Amino acid sequence: MAEKTVQVQLKSGLQARPAALFVQEATRFNSEIFLKKDNKKINAKSIMGIMSIALSNGEEVTISAEGRDSEEAVETMASLIEREEWS
Amino acid sequence: MPKVRAVDLLEKFDLELVSGEEGLHRPIKLSDLSRPGLEIAGFFDYYPAERVQLIGMTELSFFQRLSPGEKKERMDKLCDYETPAIIVSRNLSVPVELIEASEAYSVPVMRSKMTTTKFSSQLTNYLESMLAPTTAIHGVLVDIYGIGVLITGQSGVGKSETALELVKRGHRLVADDCVEIRQEDIGRLVGNSPELIEHLLEIRGLGIINVMTLFGAGAVRSHKIITLNVNLELWDPEKQYDRLGIEEDKLPILDSEITKITLPVRPGRNLAVIIEVAAMNFRLKRMGVNAAQDFTDKLAGAINDAGITEKQ
Repeated sequence: MAEKTVQVQLKSGLQARPAALFVQEATRFNSEIFLKKDNKKINAKSIMGIMSIALSNGEEVTISAEGRDSEEAVETMASLIEREEWS
Repeated sequence: MPKVRAVDLLEKFDLELVSGEEGLHRPIKLSDLSRPGLEIAGFFDYYPAERVQLIGMTELSFFQRLSPGEKKERMDKLCDYETPAIIVSRNLSVPVELIEASEAYSVPVMRSKMTTTKFSSQLTNYLESMLAPTTAIHGVLVDIYGIGVLITGQSGVGKSETALELVKRGHRLVADDCVEIRQEDIGRLVGNSPELIEHLLEIRGLGIINVMTLFGAGAVRSHKIITLNVNLELWDPEKQYDRLGIEEDKLPILDSEITKITLPVRPGRNLAVIIEVAAMNFRLKRMGVNAAQDFTDKLAGAINDAGITEKQ
């Protein structure tokens, strides 16, 4: 299991479109990926889940993954959240 | 973030804020209440300061008999830095000493119109449900014939699509994709949708749809007790699936467990109908009618009878 805590750098937070991209990226991995904010833990492959925790700029989230590509998954998802702008 | 604060009580029970506004955001951590009668009489050795303090007619009448010095001292001690809120019931007038102490220590003092006992039972119920242990599960919660069915399974297996079909058949959607679960009591799990995504369903290819505006208010529910779990998984030819339905699998959630049914997904299987029947069958079992068990008993009887005739 891999885990990493990151801060949301995206200026306007994780709005609907970025959330959809985020989930798309997450589904490419074989591992189960989770996001944890406060005491809420949600599945990163679920767009409704991601949107329900409404991530805004500056908030901290913990990404964890379990599976054979967990390390890679956590790194990729973390780098997405830490990116300032998405093209 | 604390789950309940004094300000939530103010809104929920339509209370009147008397003083100590600064302390309105103090967290309430316990569902137990305290009626500080003995404390007002001067016994503070076991004062449960971290509880919500409820003052009624008895406490206030006794308080009136105290000397001015005692009044001030008792109220100062009552307004501890830990006290989340002090509530006066029956719309009684709040003593000046309490107002002064509460302002000094920023303890919110609120007033209710209800009688003390009634208010205390309502408040306990509310606090217990709000402070109950919670978790979130990836799945869909649908109310099928009055049974709260939690549909789980890997991402992309067709949970939301099945829920849509169930809604079309007249059942009610509670939550899609992310179900917040509160354990109000052991064995009593209440599920609801996160506020932001209430009434919404995500269908791959269609996007986000609003079930309430599409199908009407009868197609949704705000919360539901979860009693059955249907786990969808891709058909694995190596795996043995339940053919009889005698054994019952369980899914642990928090400190409770619910019955779990594993349904293999394969083209040509109408999941909505199967889940509908699973819910009805579950109801039947709870009413004492167990088709699988009845049949096994009958079969055992037939085999025994046949054995006896053979011997003769």
